[in-house]
Amino acid sequence: MGSEDAELEQLIDTVDRFVEQKLKPREEEVERTDRVPDDVVADMKALGLFGLTIPPEYGGLGLGCYEEARIGMVLGHTSPAFRSVFGTNVGIGAQGLVIDGTEEQKQKYLPGMASGEIVGSFCLTEPETGSDAGSLRTAAVRDGNGYRLNGTKRFITNAPRANVLTVMARTDPNEPGARGISAFIVDADTPGIRLGKPEKKMGQRGAHVCDVVFEDAFVPADAIIGGVEGQGFKTAMKVLDRGRIHISAVCIGVAERIIADAVGYAKERRQFGKAIAEFQLIQAMLADSDTECAAARALVLDAARRRDAGERITKLAAMCKYYASEMVGRVADRAVQIHGGSGYIADYAIERQYRDVRLFRLYEGTSQIQQLIIARELLKEHD
Amino acid sequence: MKVLVAVKRVIDAYVKVRVKSDGSGVETQNVKMSMNPFCEIAVEEAVRLKEAGVATEIVAVSCGPQQSQETIRTALAMGADRGILVQSDEALEPLAIAKILKAVVDKEQPELVLLGKQAVDNDFGQTGQMLSALLGWSQATYASKIQKADGELTVTREIDGGLETIKVKLPAIVTADLRLNEPRYASLPNIMKAKKKPIDTMSPADLGVDAAPRLSVVKVTEPPARQAGVKVGSVAELVDKLKNEAKVI
Repeated sequence: MGSEDAELEQLIDTVDRFVEQKLKPREEEVERTDRVPDDVVADMKALGLFGLTIPPEYGGLGLGCYEEARIGMVLGHTSPAFRSVFGTNVGIGAQGLVIDGTEEQKQKYLPGMASGEIVGSFCLTEPETGSDAGSLRTAAVRDGNGYRLNGTKRFITNAPRANVLTVMARTDPNEPGARGISAFIVDADTPGIRLGKPEKKMGQRGAHVCDVVFEDAFVPADAIIGGVEGQGFKTAMKVLDRGRIHISAVCIGVAERIIADAVGYAKERRQFGKAIAEFQLIQAMLADSDTECAAARALVLDAARRRDAGERITKLAAMCKYYASEMVGRVADRAVQIHGGSGYIADYAIERQYRDVRLFRLYEGTSQIQQLIIARELLKEHD
Repeated sequence: MKVLVAVKRVIDAYVKVRVKSDGSGVETQNVKMSMNPFCEIAVEEAVRLKEAGVATEIVAVSCGPQQSQETIRTALAMGADRGILVQSDEALEPLAIAKILKAVVDKEQPELVLLGKQAVDNDFGQTGQMLSALLGWSQATYASKIQKADGELTVTREIDGGLETIKVKLPAIVTADLRLNEPRYASLPNIMKAKKKPIDTMSPADLGVDAAPRLSVVKVTEPPARQAGVKVGSVAELVDKLKNEAKVI
């Protein structure tokens, strides 16, 4: 083992211990109270989880995509709500700045984001624009030495605790498509920004999403990420590419946890005089789940390594997100089946996990959008 | 005050240990290894002493195979300043480790040596005491609290049936018990920074120590499997069985 490998294993080991000893015992509390306790958030900050992907020169760990994926898998071993606390700082809430921000913007925000003092959110989706993000309507109109933002953003993860927002808004009203969009880095306490009520969701209790409403909110001109108008959609897509690998890794972690729980249950639960794990129809479900999980793992680690090597991975990232999120959905469904009636009762974690995993097929690009990206890239390859 | 902390690489405390089929020892191939939990407590105490301005430098020492470097890295990530690996692929016994540590102490001249009270692999619980004897230093074992004042330490020790508080003159050897502190998680940034901290590597021979084994393992066996219990029909029957069969009351 090289020293780099040993170091990664030590990071993974530390996160694994944290997940097993500090997070897993609090899962039910988070589900019951719909809140990640403050002491857990403080521990996450102390451990350095907010800065996983922020470059070391701004106080983060600067993990590569492969390292991030390996750690994402470990984080998946507990409720996704925990990861969500710092997930936007690792992914969509900070990567816009990391990838395309100006030096001043990076200096201003990234150190606080790495330590967790600043929580970032990503505002792309709107009531009328979900998958068709390029048609978004939030307007940024020139006003003196800045812009006035007007519009509503929907389902914004972590907005209730966010200090800064990456906002996609249309700076060119004559350009209805993606080229008219710019990305802004906006302080959340800017006058004219209002938050909606946190949504009542199907699962992932403890992670909050709400509307962010802009009413004549003034932002200075230097709040445009990268300083150039019209680049916002490109920034958003770059952010989502890497984010897809991260989400896929988390899906794999969750699947590993669900499979382990299902195996434990199947070995303990006795029917017809023996453990149900001895029945072949149960074994078939376990075998399918484990095989699909291993396939997703191989796919994601391959994509992550390729991204680290500098390859363009748009198609692979979409494949990862598509396959891993659908995989964990099937794995959770089978696990409920293995648990039988108990799987429908909230005393067992699988009842919660089944609801939690449903989101993975929806956010940061639905499965159908991933299919479109894969097909578009595939067709281009054969032009 | 310079503090030397001894750390040992052992099978992770959460792993189920399996005895080799030939009874010569326990399986260590492909088994997760970690720092001995009592050594972790010792490192934590050293780091707290440094944070309190009592300790000035923390040197983590490990005796064992090349991979013990990872254990030293853990100590460095927790807050130790530098490491020393005394590398040996032979199984090292408490006396050999105590001799090695004495040689390191002679070189480094710390005022305090912190060790775990025992390692969870062999449960010898001897190294600290042997080191104290070899050095002729005071010792305070099974510590649950340490305070320093003017050239001496006040140490609370966990003993059968209660606590004992003693004073020892520095330099001294202190071995850490379970309740001395709760070790921190090394933060992820500190794990990354630890790779830049120096680790010196040497062999027992470099230190002039003969580490040849003096003990030989005769046999290692699994603990006996637990026997099935019996259900009793009444309190009277239970009392009778406890009295006459188990003979515990």
